[in-house]
Parts: sequence; structure tokens; C-alpha cells
Amino acid sequence: MSIDTGTPVGAPTQPPDGVAADLPEDAGQWTAKLRRSAVTSLPPERLMPDRQPAYVASWIYVFGVLTVSALAVVIATGTVLAIMGPTWWHVSTTGLFVNSLHLWSVEVFFFTMIVHLWGKFFMAAWRGRRRATWITGVVSFVVSVGAAFTGYLSQQNFDSQWISTQAKDGINSTGAGAIFNVTNFGQMLMWHIVLLPLVVVVLVGVHVLLVRLRGVVPPFAPAEEHRTNPAGPSDGAESDSGGVSGADPVVVAGNGTSNGHVSTGHAPGREPA
Amino acid sequence: MRTVSVVTARLVGSLIDLNHPGHYVHWGFIQMSAANLVLIGLMVVVFVGAVLIPFRRHGGGDR
Repeated sequence: MSIDTGTPVGAPTQPPDGVAADLPEDAGQWTAKLRRSAVTSLPPERLMPDRQPAYVASWIYVFGVLTVSALAVVIATGTVLAIMGPTWWHVSTTGLFVNSLHLWSVEVFFFTMIVHLWGKFFMAAWRGRRRATWITGVVSFVVSVGAAFTGYLSQQNFDSQWISTQAKDGINSTGAGAIFNVTNFGQMLMWHIVLLPLVVVVLVGVHVLLVRLRGVVPPFAPAEEHRTNPAGPSDGAESDSGGVSGADPVVVAGNGTSNGHVSTGHAPGREPA
Repeated sequence: MRTVSVVTARLVGSLIDLNHPGHYVHWGFIQMSAANLVLIGLMVVVFVGAVLIPFRRHGGGDR
């Protein structure tokens, strides 16, 4: 039980009873190490920044967050479908509507994800220690295809029968049919509503955290300016078009985050090694 | 209200009649539904638009 001893306003205070203090003797505990590592890597201002580099002001940078938004609708409508059950989504008007929302949000999810993928591919978005960001994105895409496929197998209609009987030969030819039977409705439903959504959500979560950790990939330096002024201006200048300029493209490729962030002076940046 | 819904549904249905087997296009061993081809075309259009259409900045200046 602590007693108020008249601590001046603004002075460091002891945490209330029951709240862990950052005591030196606890520094070796795994919880303290994990907390320090998490806060050091992703401080709140980096996790949820107020500003972005100037080059992010382009429509091509919008499709990532559109994909995440569509995924949120997919998960929300899928949760409602799981709660209410097949009779509801096949028969009732509201159920049919939510079922359609689930389908069309998946369509939007893939549409925006593919535009996002094209954009990142042509930006070579794996530059600047962003390999893991790229890989988690690609694996998310592949797993999402599996999640959608098992969803089409779970429709309980002639379409799902046709798809499953067409797919079984292809799956069986790989040998995977022994453990992944596309004509087994119960197994496909479990893959669709438990395993694959879990993997997709975890992968997308890691992908977004990596984007926050490494920063958004900058565009390539304009080739014209590089030809006229190979050395480039002193530091971090940006063209009006939002492209990063004034640095050797090779340097930009490995050190792009700092260019945008230094020029804006607000967004937190990390210098990739 | 129900009559309006029925009429609207029939009007839309008459524009895009889905009551027939799907259309497919063939290039050698490649076979693709016309719907998927249209969708890919739309994605290309949206991608090009996202690259070329200027993004409106709030407040301008430093961002």
C-alpha cells in the first residue's frame, strides 16, 4: 500500500499496485525482452504514423489498403455466415444477401490485390530490405487462392460439384489427394472457414507490420535526371511528380526509405542497413 | 414496391442475359471465359489509371 508523500507534479511516479514496473532485476525476463524488442522495432508513432512520404500520394499506393479493407469485409461476412448456418444463407433473403456480400467482397479482394501486386512488382518493392514484405505478400496471395477455391467447393450447389469433380484429377495427380480430398465437403469447409482464413489473416498481419517496419517502397529515381546530373543534388530532393530524385538509382534501391522521410521531415524513418 | 423490384430485375436481366451457357475464348491450349477476360481487362485499365491519374493532395505542400 503506497502513501502519498507529496510527489511534485511531473516527477516520475511509481506504478500503481499490481502493475509491473520496469525494474532492473526483471530486465532478463522474456516478457521484458519481448516488450523492449517490440517497442524498439515498432514504436506507436511508426506503427500508426500521421504522415507518409510525399511519393505515397499516388493512387497506386491505395490498393494495398483497399485489399485489407476487402479482407475485413470477407472475414466479417464469413463470420456471420458461420454463425447463422447453411439453411439461413441458402433460403432467407438476408442470408442470400450476406452470402452475396461474402462472394463480391472476395471478388474485390482479388481485384485490388492483383492491381497491388502489379504495382509492387513494377516498383521492385523488395528493394531496401523489403524481401520479407514481398514474400509474405506473395504467399498471402497463394494461400488466398486456396481459401477462395475451398470456398467455391463449399457452395453446396451444382457449381461446387462441377468444380470438385474437375479439380480432383488435378489434385490427385500431385499426390495431395490422399490428404486433401476436394470431394469431401466437410474437410473442404473446415479448410475454408478455419485453417486458410487463419493463415491469410496472420500473413496479412505480418505483411502490414513489415510495411510499417521497413516503410513504403519509394519509386525509382527518374532516368532523365540521372543522365543530366549523375551525381545528383546534395540530399533527399524530390521531384514535383512525387518521384525520388537526386540520388543514384542504386543508392535509392537500397536506401529508399530515408529519401522520402528526410524530405518530409515528419514521417518516422529507419535507415535500412 | 414488389412490382418495382420485379420490373427493375427484368430490365437489368434483359441487358445482361445470363440464362445461357458461358462464352469462352480459345487461343490454342488456352481457354478462358469471356467474363474473366473482361475482368482482366478492367484490372489493366484500373492499374494504368492508378499510375497516370494524379492523386489529389490535401492542403498541398509538405506531406
